[in-house]
Amino acid sequence: MSGVALLAIFVLAVFVGFEVVSKVSTTLHTPLMSGANAIHGIILVGAVIVSGEARTGWELAVGLFATVLATVNLVGGFVVTDRMLEMFKGRSLQGGRR
Amino acid sequence: MNVLSTNAVEVGYLVAAVCFILALKGLSSPRTARRGNLVGAAGAAIALLVTFFAEGSHFEHIPLILLAIVVGTAIAVPAARQVRMTAMPQLVALFNGVGGGAAAIVALMELNRLSGAISAGADKDWGNQAAIAFTVLVGSVSFAGSVVTFLKLQEIMTTRPVVLPGAAPLLIVGMAASVVLGLGVFGTGSLALGLVLLVVGLLLGVMMVLPVGGADVPIVISLLNAFTGLTVAAGGFVLHNTLLLVAGTLVGASGTILTRLMAAAMGRSVMGVMFGALRGGSTAGSTAVSDRPVKSVSPEDVAILLGYARKVIVVPGYGLAVAQAQHTIRELAELLEARGIEVLYAIHPVAGRMPGHMNVLLAEANVPYEALKEMDEVNPEFKTADVVLVVGANDVVNPAARTDPKAPIYGMPILEVSEAQQVIFLKRSMRPGFAGIENELLYDPATSLLFGDAKESLTKVVGAVKSL
Repeated sequence: MSGVALLAIFVLAVFVGFEVVSKVSTTLHTPLMSGANAIHGIILVGAVIVSGEARTGWELAVGLFATVLATVNLVGGFVVTDRMLEMFKGRSLQGGRR
Repeated sequence: MNVLSTNAVEVGYLVAAVCFILALKGLSSPRTARRGNLVGAAGAAIALLVTFFAEGSHFEHIPLILLAIVVGTAIAVPAARQVRMTAMPQLVALFNGVGGGAAAIVALMELNRLSGAISAGADKDWGNQAAIAFTVLVGSVSFAGSVVTFLKLQEIMTTRPVVLPGAAPLLIVGMAASVVLGLGVFGTGSLALGLVLLVVGLLLGVMMVLPVGGADVPIVISLLNAFTGLTVAAGGFVLHNTLLLVAGTLVGASGTILTRLMAAAMGRSVMGVMFGALRGGSTAGSTAVSDRPVKSVSPEDVAILLGYARKVIVVPGYGLAVAQAQHTIRELAELLEARGIEVLYAIHPVAGRMPGHMNVLLAEANVPYEALKEMDEVNPEFKTADVVLVVGANDVVNPAARTDPKAPIYGMPILEVSEAQQVIFLKRSMRPGFAGIENELLYDPATSLLFGDAKESLTKVVGAVKSL
């Protein structure tokens, strides 16, 4: 894909990113930040790709290290966000109904 | 494994990107937040699977890569499951840091490949080299900065702003050096320059976060989160991977908005948070404990004040969470309600260590959602409250935020507890709050203090209320 096409995708994604979180109550700031944090753990895909292309043992070792780090970000991020949100479960719905 | 064509992979990535957008959208509303998070996780799983089955991927290392993923999961899941909710902000900071670090490493490996190709006679790839320079620099800043925020929140190092001699010129030199090195990587595609850029980025990350005061650290975590998002987006440019580009950009953009929302909730500007201490403006206040007289009372006195009130407002703070006293405060509230007393909880937007942190902690203790009042809702109620019980909170009720322009928290909206008839502070000691400034309210004639661990004090008060 050409650089210009990538740039177009980037610009459109900026606007989507701005739009989706424009109205959030302070109650949800922490879980939202944590969820966004988990999403950038998708760098794991990049770490997997460069590890797969490694030609020397040294490259592979560095790539695998990046894979471990990225996994911690991705998996840990989603798990800790879920744990936070578990505590809101039902309660917020109850509050909304009354 | 070469099963999926390039188009199929791109479609898989598109599905994942849509999942991420829906995840962020879902996380913005209490009803859909948990589902949103799961949608995001599903998107990540799809993306990973698609990557493994992509055509043209010569993955002879797949078993080792899977092992690395298992190792990462084995580290992350117990950490995320077992961390106490009070320590959760610093865990999020660490997760953010390792993500930034991973992105920087990925970019360096691409630089390694590229510089090999260039010395073998290939053309330079300007766009790639620029994206690599950006990823290495911002990724390393995010990694080192996140580690420092972790150390601050874990109170391994001081939570007060650290301003080293010559910090401001050093920071400027560091920034200039990183720009020059970044241009060098862009111009030459040299791996050696890339590695120097990594080191400078790490130092820059440390220098940027050291002068930030403890109370402002959550804003910095959010900012570094946005940085990591942009790093991952640049990584998408480097690898020509649309999913990394979209996901990283989403986080970068939403993270920027979220950082500004958080700063606004605390009455701070992002620039003020990052550079205020370097200008020497926002470090006022002292850790010295004043010896002015305060009114210290017994648990029995507190019980009498509470038991014969008509309306009590509880202001929970980080001290309550640290003492794990959420359940005891709920027990006390139920006792008072049984006596026909109205009990409300006043939740400051940044009570705890992060916006929304206290809501999570109290929800964990089954405090009814309807009793939790946000600041704007509860501030008019203080006038008619007989007693305000401040448990382990300090900065969020400190009148200095309105009266003292030199205070680091000046301008932050506060809970106006001084409007109430009586204020009772449950505190461990006279030590100032997280922001490191004294609270005049403690010396007010209408204020009583009950010293001790929040949980022990509350247990005694509960006992005393029962025997009224």
